[in-house]
Amino acid sequence: METTLSNLYIGVTLASILLLVGLGLTFTFGQMGVINMAHGEFIMAGAYVPYVLQTSVLSGARGGAVLVAFPLAFLVAGVMGLVLERVLLRRMYGRPLDTLLVTFGVSLMLQQAAKDLFSANNKDVVTPTYLRGQWDLFGVTLTHTRLFVLLVVVLTMVGVWVFMSRLAAGRRMRAVMQNRELAAVSGLPTSRVDATTFFLGSGLAGIAGVAVSLIGPIGTATGTAYILSAFLVVIVGGLGKLRGVVLAALLLGTLNAFVEHATSSTLGRAAVFAFVILFLQFRPNGIVSFRTRGLAV
Amino acid sequence: MAAGLILGACGGGDDDAATPAGDVSGEVTGDTVKVGVLQSLSGTMSISEVAVKNSELLAIKEINAAGGVLGKKIKPIVEDGESKPEVFAQKIEKLITSDKVAVVFGGWTSASRKAMKPVVEGANGLLFYPVQYEGLEVSPNIFYTGATTNQQIVPALDYMKEQGLTRVYLVGSDYVFPRTANKEIKAYAKANGLEILGEDYLQLGDTNVQGIVQKVLAAKPQVVFNTLNGDSNVSFFKELKAKGNTPDKIQTVSVSIAEEEVGGVGVDNLLGHLVAWNYYQTTGGEKNAKFVEAFKAEYGAEKNTADPIEAGYNSVYIWKAAVEKAGSFDVKKVTAAAGGLELDTPEGLLTVHPTNHHVFKTARIGKINAQGLIDEVWNSGKPVAPDPCLDTYTWAAGLATGEARAECDAAAKAAG
Repeated sequence: METTLSNLYIGVTLASILLLVGLGLTFTFGQMGVINMAHGEFIMAGAYVPYVLQTSVLSGARGGAVLVAFPLAFLVAGVMGLVLERVLLRRMYGRPLDTLLVTFGVSLMLQQAAKDLFSANNKDVVTPTYLRGQWDLFGVTLTHTRLFVLLVVVLTMVGVWVFMSRLAAGRRMRAVMQNRELAAVSGLPTSRVDATTFFLGSGLAGIAGVAVSLIGPIGTATGTAYILSAFLVVIVGGLGKLRGVVLAALLLGTLNAFVEHATSSTLGRAAVFAFVILFLQFRPNGIVSFRTRGLAV
Repeated sequence: MAAGLILGACGGGDDDAATPAGDVSGEVTGDTVKVGVLQSLSGTMSISEVAVKNSELLAIKEINAAGGVLGKKIKPIVEDGESKPEVFAQKIEKLITSDKVAVVFGGWTSASRKAMKPVVEGANGLLFYPVQYEGLEVSPNIFYTGATTNQQIVPALDYMKEQGLTRVYLVGSDYVFPRTANKEIKAYAKANGLEILGEDYLQLGDTNVQGIVQKVLAAKPQVVFNTLNGDSNVSFFKELKAKGNTPDKIQTVSVSIAEEEVGGVGVDNLLGHLVAWNYYQTTGGEKNAKFVEAFKAEYGAEKNTADPIEAGYNSVYIWKAAVEKAGSFDVKKVTAAAGGLELDTPEGLLTVHPTNHHVFKTARIGKINAQGLIDEVWNSGKPVAPDPCLDTYTWAAGLATGEARAECDAAAKAAG
């Protein structure tokens, strides 16, 4: 019983990470169809933000630095995404293979830039004192950092949901993604909506970066470590569907946790991939499929 | 590995076509001699290897400033192994057969060394490999200037036994070094009354550590023997710390965390944990004080030296001494001359083994301090003779098989 609970908890916290890194991609990949390989480097940029704050302006308030880092990382990564979209991607919509190659190149350039800026060594973000410690509940150790990450995910999800369903900008975004031509003839500025979508999706990568900086390494390879999981969750979840991504993250997270506990870490990862391959045979459009001519690739 | 072998085979073929007979390496033009420096300057291993490249170049610079080798200035040709074994194989072939370097300094992961080995043997080149490794290898064309198992892992196990840390959990990255090392540790444990409570591996670079940490904590070991490499260490120690573990509850002994890595994992997360190496920046002696000073002057005051960095630096000096003793840059003559050399190095007096191409090294256990440096808490007292096939340990009987056995036997036979 205790191990089952513990595995469930590990599954959920793992899912929270998957969800966080995948969330931004549901916008740029799921909704816009852009395969952005540089998304991982936006996560990396976000992860460097609390490090920079802690070692410069907020070195006296390292706990506060982590909180300040969230909106700041959102802006930093968002602006990076915006620049990428305006300068390069805008010119190649509808050419997924080209965007894949171009963004892969951008990803390598960003990694090298980070290496020149921060050196090749990993950096450390000091865990704020309010996040140190753990609670024991029914034999499961709940660490404050992981709970904090969970909280960040929930808040981000709520924010995204409000934006998409309650705000005019969100409705415009959905309109353009569901049927671009119709949106355009209705007078929506599709190009500006594209830019907003990309800003938002990339900004979410920045938030993910700050969160993972609390539990994992901060270095030039940080993005590479998460990019694959991010794509996996979005594809299994169903392109552009928030609900699908949540389900996919939970499914893959718990599957990984249980298989890993029963066998080994390597087999846990393998089981996830085997499951995804099988699953896509039966539901190629993901958990929540979305039928519209506007999304036809 | 497979790619390396195929490339190695191709390399041999090209070499035969280009130079039908004779020694290809060690071309000396005018008053310079070319040497290769081959480390990963990009990719995941660049985190560690860039600093080794730096220390190798520092040694070359110092030697040139002091007049060079046999009156010739050393001209380094730096290549990037890109953290990919197959690239290491390609680049070392290029260095040996096309640049005709006298020697190559390089490699870090065992995978990179295994990929370079057939190439350097096929082309009769010379390689100095500067990192501690899993042992069970003696190539006639490679010198191993980092520790082999009995100079790092075995002393660490001796220390654990001496401290009463006998309930052990093994955690490592999933590749040749941790797998082989753990095989050796299990053989040692069986003969020495250590209890192995579990053994788990993470893929290289995997940061999803919760499952493993849960298993470790549930097994309640006294000590974790940690052969994780790279980024996984960061997540592992962060998770251990977050779960409330401190070294007085579960101690860890790591063999791949040195001064370079401490900053990235976070001093907070590592404070008081143990590591096993043969050199620390804090190691005493005038020679080391000078080395640390020169390294910082060249690359910045915030840069620390560490074991592989020092071994890379030593490699260049060992080669220089061997060349001077041989009076030639010829690979065969240099190799023969290297056996038995004695040098004063930052880690102390260093002796090259007469036949097995490894060096005598003092084993040192260190504890990570609040400055992110490592304080020595135990050492082996005197340099330990390298024993790559563990032939002097009865518990290790049968561990060296196949190619490793043949290589160690050949080395022993050469000794007469």
